[in-house]
Amino acid sequence: MIESYIPIFIMIVGAMGFAVVMGKMNEFVGPKRPSEEKLSTYESGMEPVRSARERFSVKFYMVAMLFIVFDIEVVFLYPWAVSYKLLGTPGFITMFVFIAVLLVGYFYVWRKGALEWD
Amino acid sequence: MDTTFVLLSIAKIAVVWGGVLTGAAILVLAERRISAWIQNRLGPNRVGPFGLLQSAADVVKLLFKEDIVPTAANRFVHDFAPMISITVALTTFAVIPFGDTIEAFGQNVKLIVADVNIGMLYILALTGIGVYGITLAGWSSNNKYSLLGGLRSSAQLISYELSMGLSIIGVIMISGTLRLDEVVMHQTAPLAHSMQKLPSWLQWLIPVAGWLPSWNVFFQPIGFITFVVASFAETNRLPFDLPEAEPELVGGYHTEYTGMKFGLFFLSEYANMITSSALITTLFLGGWHLPFAESWGLSPFALSLVKIGTFFVKVTILVVFYIIVRWTLPRFRYDQLMRLGWKVMLPLSIANILATGLLLLWWS
Amino acid sequence: MTIESILFYVLSAGAVGSALFVVSRRNPVVAALWLIFNFFCLAGLYLSLHAQFIAVIQIIVYAGAIMVLFLFVIMLLNLGDERRLVEGVTPRKVVGGILSIAVLVELWYVFLGTPSIQHAALGNRATEIGTVEHIGAQLFTKFLLPFEVTSLLLTAAIVGAIVLAKRKLD
Repeated sequence: MIESYIPIFIMIVGAMGFAVVMGKMNEFVGPKRPSEEKLSTYESGMEPVRSARERFSVKFYMVAMLFIVFDIEVVFLYPWAVSYKLLGTPGFITMFVFIAVLLVGYFYVWRKGALEWD
Repeated sequence: MDTTFVLLSIAKIAVVWGGVLTGAAILVLAERRISAWIQNRLGPNRVGPFGLLQSAADVVKLLFKEDIVPTAANRFVHDFAPMISITVALTTFAVIPFGDTIEAFGQNVKLIVADVNIGMLYILALTGIGVYGITLAGWSSNNKYSLLGGLRSSAQLISYELSMGLSIIGVIMISGTLRLDEVVMHQTAPLAHSMQKLPSWLQWLIPVAGWLPSWNVFFQPIGFITFVVASFAETNRLPFDLPEAEPELVGGYHTEYTGMKFGLFFLSEYANMITSSALITTLFLGGWHLPFAESWGLSPFALSLVKIGTFFVKVTILVVFYIIVRWTLPRFRYDQLMRLGWKVMLPLSIANILATGLLLLWWS
Repeated sequence: MTIESILFYVLSAGAVGSALFVVSRRNPVVAALWLIFNFFCLAGLYLSLHAQFIAVIQIIVYAGAIMVLFLFVIMLLNLGDERRLVEGVTPRKVVGGILSIAVLVELWYVFLGTPSIQHAALGNRATEIGTVEHIGAQLFTKFLLPFEVTSLLLTAAIVGAIVLAKRKLD
């Protein structure tokens, strides 16, 4: 079983090697003429005002939270879909109940306006 | 584990990477030429015949650029982010079959890099990891444009990842496997085969459409559409290219990147385009399957080559479709994008799963 | 040594090493990156135990979803400036250190006291049990109730997130 994953390991190691060589190449072959202006943060030619790391909208956090919940739903759906033909009608009802409960939460989110961006 | 297996795997990886990287280089040029054609310009045509060597010249230029890391940036993460993107872009292809089998070294070799049991989940996992490249690039640059671009983009990617994961479920329910090669095999039967069970008032369809191959696009039209839309969003292509959004965010997450580190982001975008076209082909358009090719009486080796060619042509058509869409459609506003993802795509793909479930129950 | 045991030692070393980096890095984003690497090592360990589905789920859910939320929270709270987080030796740290050593000793004791961990292995059935097909067949028949209850748990998580963020949204 584990043998079938060996090509994936080879591929990942190879891709990482390619990434590191390519990503580091400029440091070795490129010119190095740093200056204070060149290394300052780009802000359309203006002097940078404060740090970029300000607090941002809580909505991004909401999206990530909702994503986790629905991602777990997706993960449950995969084994269900694979064995769907074996599970038959009881399998359908099982998943229908599961999705229905999650949809209650989904419409709650919808009504609360967490999916609105302005 | 024997040496032949490892050598064959390395050979297959070399073929895939050769295809993807060469393809990406040609695509960059094709994109520029097609966009020029759409905008009534000429596009790059000076380097080599028809500008064919333009991409090679670009790579050489990028390699010899100065590596600029802003003082305010986090150097380690700034270096690391493009490496994540390209690693993910180059490894996703592992589970996609690019042909049936071929006779080589006295063996019947399956044309898929890794023949694993969890194929589609592997792709989903890598798509999830790809988010980090963009998020971390945005954060580490310590630039307002980058941070906004990176954040918007990661929210976009995770939103559409859900619809993408959900739209594959229908295909899995039909084929009952996560292996992509078996999904392709499942699509090779003629459509008439599965039309026998149609009710009598629809039987007239058999002579009309029965000759078609049973590609999943005919069984899963909604799944196909949601998957294609989600793929566009996952590859950050217009109309979903909010992370870059040149007019408002300069370059988005890669504003502070120069040289080959920028090149890696660029390369991974095009590699991802090829991979997702290959995935659409495999899941919905019959992969390497060409109807009636078996009846031409070709030798097994020639038939294998025809199948590889079919796969190649299908992927090329989809990739050109990607480019034409980019230069035809305007960009979404961010609220429209999130509304489409959460209020249209998500319910639609869940409804598609339930409908597929009911139809399959009725069918059997 | 078989290939499995080589894999085990490499992956365990990676997991332990990256876990040490997670707690020792000052920059929370870098620590989060090491945690993601740690999840990959764990996924590799699951894979070497023939648990293919669990391995890929580890990456999809933990590395791909939960860590994105972690990163968002780190970025949202603006913890990127590590100088704020530096603190000296506090009573909390001392108690924490003693407790971790106690847990380590306890684990070691249990580990030595269990004579035959190897014999508990599932043998050849392990390959079959780890597949998605098998998990699907078991989860939706034998473990139906726990599965359905999960949906309530997930709904509660959605509602909880909204309630916590609601003040900001209104």
